[in-house]
Amino acid sequence: MKNKFLTFLFSISCCNLIAQNNGQITGDFSLNLQSYVEDAAINAAAADEVVLNNAFLNLTYSSNNFIIGLRYESYLNALLDYDSEFRGNGVPYRYAGYTIDGLEITAGNFYEQFGSGLIFRSYEEKGLGIDNAMDGIRLKYKIGKGISLKSFIGKSRTFFTYAEGIFRGIDAEIDINESFELENTTKYILGGSFISRYEQRTNPKFIIPQNVAAYAGRLNILNGGWNYYGEFAYKINDPINSLQENQMNYASGSAFTNSLTYSQRGFGITAEIHRADNMLLLSERERTGKAYIMNYIPTLSKPHAYTLLAIYPCATQAMGELGVQLDIFYKIKKGTLLGGKYGTKVNFNFSRINGLEGGYSMLNDNQDHSPDLFDFSQELYYSDINIEINKKINKNIRYNAVIANQTYNKDFLEGKTPGEYGVLNSTIAVLDLSYRIKKGHTIRFETQALFSKQLETASKEAEGDWLMALAEYTISPNWFFAIQDMYNYGNENESKRLHYMNINVGFLKGSTRFEIGYGKKREGIFCVGGVCKLVPSSNGLNLSITTSF
Amino acid sequence: MKKTILFLTSIFFCATLTLAQGKSLPNIDVKTLQGKTINIQDLENDGKPMVISFWATWCKPCKKELNTIAEVYDDWQEETGVKLIAISIDDTRSMSKVAPYVNSSDWDYEVYLDSNSDLKRAMGVSTVPHTFLINGEGKIVWNHKGYIDGDEEELYEQIQHLVTK
Repeated sequence: MKNKFLTFLFSISCCNLIAQNNGQITGDFSLNLQSYVEDAAINAAAADEVVLNNAFLNLTYSSNNFIIGLRYESYLNALLDYDSEFRGNGVPYRYAGYTIDGLEITAGNFYEQFGSGLIFRSYEEKGLGIDNAMDGIRLKYKIGKGISLKSFIGKSRTFFTYAEGIFRGIDAEIDINESFELENTTKYILGGSFISRYEQRTNPKFIIPQNVAAYAGRLNILNGGWNYYGEFAYKINDPINSLQENQMNYASGSAFTNSLTYSQRGFGITAEIHRADNMLLLSERERTGKAYIMNYIPTLSKPHAYTLLAIYPCATQAMGELGVQLDIFYKIKKGTLLGGKYGTKVNFNFSRINGLEGGYSMLNDNQDHSPDLFDFSQELYYSDINIEINKKINKNIRYNAVIANQTYNKDFLEGKTPGEYGVLNSTIAVLDLSYRIKKGHTIRFETQALFSKQLETASKEAEGDWLMALAEYTISPNWFFAIQDMYNYGNENESKRLHYMNINVGFLKGSTRFEIGYGKKREGIFCVGGVCKLVPSSNGLNLSITTSF
Repeated sequence: MKKTILFLTSIFFCATLTLAQGKSLPNIDVKTLQGKTINIQDLENDGKPMVISFWATWCKPCKKELNTIAEVYDDWQEETGVKLIAISIDDTRSMSKVAPYVNSSDWDYEVYLDSNSDLKRAMGVSTVPHTFLINGEGKIVWNHKGYIDGDEEELYEQIQHLVTK
């Protein structure tokens, strides 16, 4: 009773504090409930629990220069898509911080990224069950004009605990023009970062380094519509804790990413090249799995939002790949033949990623290999060439059309035995058409087709051709209804020519969204924001609620 | 457990109280397309309303929303003086596509990059698009999750309501 009273008093004083200090509370809430029905035809298992649930609540209190925040997370039990290590309830994320004279201090959990993430990125993607938040101390400091420093020390989160490795990091960025008050039209921004990880040595046989490090330098040059960004990273050897000599790798790692962009009104172009070699940085040297990955090699392909375009997605190989990408954006002017009344938008995209010559760098007493720097003739991992057209025909009708050709090295990207499925080549077409019936009422149809073939004879048949259709009716600002069907009509195995039907109804009001869905989902790789994971097949009812305040 | 519930309930109660007065923008840095760091609290529009819209180059409904508003943006600005701020949450995978996409689309919006989602988290944005309306005093007075065709009309009604008040 006394405790309750104290809590009550504490809450009241919190309330007073908020009112007096001009402070405020913000947050968001999300709940995702899924029931599972067994369906042998798609290998969907029924969960023992019948219903699984993920939920979280974020609360942030801020007042002038002061901020505190926490997240309550609940996995009872985690959805099948999630790692089963997410189990139970807790407050795995909490922090406090304040800013004074350009110095920002954070104690507790934080997310951080150095440069483009080649040597360090701590982030969260709730939809994919990724959260490697740091727990420790972070300082950010703005020194005079155009110079900013960031440094931290901490451990990274894995599920409801923290990985063994202790990370120390520092990053500096200088805006040359601002610092030296240059009046140039060309602008230069320079940056450098350093990361070090300590993990206790436990190997009885080999001397492996307890402290390993990685560093990176970056340069950004801007002039008018031009923008160049380049980042180069290096990792000092980080052998795993093996007892077998031929499995130890004392080679260092490296990566770079470069992009050149030009844009003006109505036109834009981006060309990119990147390479990674033995560049996986883990929070615990012996672990596998995405929860332990602490750096990010940005995926070099267009993130597709249409289902059949994303059935065979690109996944970055931090251990070794070389890739290029080109994007052209063009808007055909209105009033021209192709532009029509509103103009037509065209996006061309090409990407190609292949392996490194002889595999990634390897160094021990038996092997000493470092691959050629630029060799584009190696085993193809992924390629995508596509064109997207977006057009408004009149006040009521608009469409989006995509045609793509993708090559996907299924054996390599999904870790199969070479020769099992080989390499797939698919041609995909998408037409997304929306028609405005009257004020606030719109109906939208999506039709997609994927025609796929295996490029060489393989021991197993891939899934073959797919069709997909979707109809969606929306009533602004509150309602949406959607029905969709994916049909694997081209499967060589007749018993697998299945329909994957889904019905979804949603209600939206301000910042709250309720959605109920029922249907069958196929097993496959699901990609959001450039990260991919395998999701199991499921068949059942789904309820999701999200809101923010 | 009961304590936690009681505590959370009171926090909610407070949150509701403060909500009624309208919230301020958080103290968070974002980057311009020219690589300059700015604080989101420094954004202003001479006492006229601002719209902050979270989007990404890979998000279809986001682009639909911003392209639809782009067609009527001149009228909106003329009638209400409103300014639209588009916050891209593209991470380093697709960040390099933001400037070419924005310029090729003829958008007249102010565009900022939030590549590690710091602002997104601070404003309680769990999915994109998410649109906020800020009044002349810098307070958030309305927000909306998602975009379906026609939602821009409701947004404009809210903007007009602010201006005529």
